[in-house]
Amino acid sequence: MTALVASRDGYGEGLMQLADDERVVVLEADLGKSTKSCRFREMYPERTFSLGISEQNMMLVAAGLASSGYKPFASTFAIFTERGFEQVRNGIARPNHAVHLCGSHGGLHTGTDGSSAQSIEDLAIYRTLPNMTVMHPCDDISTERLTVLLSALSGPSYMRTARNKRPRIHDDESVAALRIGKGHVLREGIDVALLACGVLVGEAMTAAEELSRDGIEVTVVDMHTIKPLDSALVQRLAADCGALVTAEDHSIIGGLGGAVAELLAANCPVPLERVGVNDTFGESGDGDELLEKYGLNSDYIIAAARRAIARKA
Amino acid sequence: MNSDGLEAVSLRLRRRILETSHAARIPHLGSCLSCVDLLVCLYWDILEIDSSRPDAPDRDRFVLSKGHAAPALFQVLAERDFYPKERLAAFGVNGSVFHEHPPAPAHLPGVEAATGSLGHGMPMALGMALAARMTGRSYRCYALISDGECNEGTIWEAAMLAAAQAVDNLCVVVDFNGWQATGRSREVMRIDPLEDKWEAFGWHVVMIDGHDFSAMAGAFEACAATRGQPSVVIAHTVKGKGVSFMEDDNNWHYRTPNEDELRLALEELQDHR
Repeated sequence: MTALVASRDGYGEGLMQLADDERVVVLEADLGKSTKSCRFREMYPERTFSLGISEQNMMLVAAGLASSGYKPFASTFAIFTERGFEQVRNGIARPNHAVHLCGSHGGLHTGTDGSSAQSIEDLAIYRTLPNMTVMHPCDDISTERLTVLLSALSGPSYMRTARNKRPRIHDDESVAALRIGKGHVLREGIDVALLACGVLVGEAMTAAEELSRDGIEVTVVDMHTIKPLDSALVQRLAADCGALVTAEDHSIIGGLGGAVAELLAANCPVPLERVGVNDTFGESGDGDELLEKYGLNSDYIIAAARRAIARKA
Repeated sequence: MNSDGLEAVSLRLRRRILETSHAARIPHLGSCLSCVDLLVCLYWDILEIDSSRPDAPDRDRFVLSKGHAAPALFQVLAERDFYPKERLAAFGVNGSVFHEHPPAPAHLPGVEAATGSLGHGMPMALGMALAARMTGRSYRCYALISDGECNEGTIWEAAMLAAAQAVDNLCVVVDFNGWQATGRSREVMRIDPLEDKWEAFGWHVVMIDGHDFSAMAGAFEACAATRGQPSVVIAHTVKGKGVSFMEDDNNWHYRTPNEDELRLALEELQDHR
């Protein structure tokens, strides 16, 4: 039985792994229990700052700490990081401060918190910022590993995590192979490649199994890093498979699908189908039911894969 | 340095700021002239800094939160030998670091933060002050904001946090010149009573004349001696200070002087002592 896990727990564990580095400091905006930075707070209160519900200030205080030699890890809900977007742009990304933002509760899968809390644009907006690394891991142990790897970055990052539990994708061996900026191939097949991030990685794996039963062999990639996009891998898969599908719990505009579309259009046009939120806001509901309603689960990935294959020249 | 000496420095810097504004067509002249005395007091009398060691871990930090006064800061840093004055000849030239706002710190010694977007520098200075406390260093952090900048929410978010954290190595200076981009501050949006607001937020407040050097030095020393709470110096200043036809005239927020205006202004700024 595959363990059910939430990627946000990996963030909390990753911070604990980093605690021996005394330059690591944690910033919270009254949501540490939700983002899981509370674990670090319990053990290292002297290196944890509670900023109250003031996200803009959190971004700038983090910039000041980074310019003084610290490695700030600041978290809140994905949607509330966006409230400090201009502070991230001018205060963090522009001077290239190594501040690491974590936005939890991203995507429609956030569920009953409703549309106001379901960021479906975070990956897109942070991807537009020079110097930023943008990530969206799929389970707890990959999030933990990537959080630890973030600490070595010399520039800023944004990482989205998810609230709800889903089957774990990785194991100790695959986690050890993870690198920021490199897609992780989970399964290989020649007919079409599915590039997914976050909770849709599991959906893509389910889709791949069902397609295989119909004789369609599929590559599945955990594209945990949206920026820098693993362009070498995407171009190789475009050449090998001749058709791609992206899948993300995010707007089809500007996120993983947008990034892959830009790369393909400029370098190696092949059929691409994008599974994502189709330029609409979500609503309150059960996470899995929302994925179904908004066209984001394995059934839709299968349909998209068949369309992409049918479009091959 | 005594007040006469500081006034002579200020006169010299005012002349250079005007010359640069004219030559490179750099705006925000009024904003530079209102805060130049505050900068001179801080950089000559208050800040523990050493231009030969601009990255020294124990240096005091000064953040120009009202980043549009960078032309004044650039002159101050040159005069304090952070870089040769000759470099300022490249003001406004493409590829130069000397433009309307401060560059990222990596690009110019003495600059602590790339500001220009209002409301950013003060929270950054607060982050620096928290860092000092964590590392056990005794440096102090200063942020110069404007009265118009107090419209920004981040100023008050940071004000709450600094008081909640009892950050007493932070001193905010308000260059209260009574004007902002499009009009009188109190007409754009009334923020009075500013002193009461800061007090209510838990800050030690000192009100002074921002062109009186002995008052300024006394205020900064009182702030440095304050324990358990952050300090704010509300400095009443005159926008365009030092040039009769620029004083309290907001046209000089964006205007730059033509040749005749420059000549008249420089005549007023001669040191006759």
